[in-house]
Amino acid sequence: MNSGALFTAVFLACAVEAVEALTIVLAAGTARDWRSAGMGVVSALLVLTAVVAVFGSALSVIPLGGLRLVVGGLLLIFGLQWLRKAVLRASGYKALHDEDAIFRTELAAAQAAPTRRRGAVRDWYAFTLSFKGVLLEGLEVAFIALTFGSNQHDLPLAAIAALSAVVVVAGAGFAVRYPLARLPENTMKFVVGVMLTAFGVFWGSEGAGAHWPGSDAALLVLVPAVALFALALVGLLRRGVATPSTAGGES
Amino acid sequence: MITRIRAFLAFWYDFVVGDDWRVAVAVVVALALTFGATRAGVPAWWILPVAVAVMLPVSLWRVARKSAKRASESVAAVEPPREPR
Repeated sequence: MNSGALFTAVFLACAVEAVEALTIVLAAGTARDWRSAGMGVVSALLVLTAVVAVFGSALSVIPLGGLRLVVGGLLLIFGLQWLRKAVLRASGYKALHDEDAIFRTELAAAQAAPTRRRGAVRDWYAFTLSFKGVLLEGLEVAFIALTFGSNQHDLPLAAIAALSAVVVVAGAGFAVRYPLARLPENTMKFVVGVMLTAFGVFWGSEGAGAHWPGSDAALLVLVPAVALFALALVGLLRRGVATPSTAGGES
Repeated sequence: MITRIRAFLAFWYDFVVGDDWRVAVAVVVALALTFGATRAGVPAWWILPVAVAVMLPVSLWRVARKSAKRASESVAAVEPPREPR
């Protein structure tokens, strides 16, 4: 896997998570209090930094074989979750992820909640809403960057890709003060699901001791093969769905 | 305290395992099989791709089947009763 592929994979995956976190923070700031929402973001980033520092140093002392087995397995489970949801969305069994609608829902919920002050935080609701959003989505960003970076022995590049994604998405979002609804998020999620699954299969097998024919070049076959397989499943499922997007398979 | 521990465990379960626990179990079993096969000197790179090729459609099919069942139940609920002959 070359540096460009590593950067693209981490950047795309982290951009998707950043869009979700941004939607929640913008809802908390717009409907409630920007200062409290900002404090929530800063607090979540501090917790995330501590988590990354602990896990990052732990990853460097684990032998590569064991690391690839655990990380490959986790990445594969993670990737299959994404891919499963992406296929269900694309085939109409699950509603499409609509950041615009999520923003409106979060906004309405935030406006309805009562204001409560706690210590230096003027609005506790805005603080916890943005804290939770940034921490949860940030954990996924950290997990992706750490696993990809440590497996490819290029943690700095993975970290730069993750930070670039967060900076680009946050910059664009705050410039327009609105969720990035025009971003093709469902397509990006499909691509990320394919990548996580393919890399999970590759690293998981290698971690368990298997050797891929062609070594790293096997990824050039695995990634398109997973993509084609997922697209074929979308085609098959679309035949069975009665009314697209309203079939109500999963919420 | 117990509620917080439960919430903490539920968060990690949801974060790692997700909507379908069978997928996670299948991945763990496939990894164990790969490990066992390589120890026995058998080429094992194909085991995980086969597991994905089987597990993903099975997981999706379960959702599709549930959806079809729910749809047929709702149709049956709104259908007027037939007149006696």
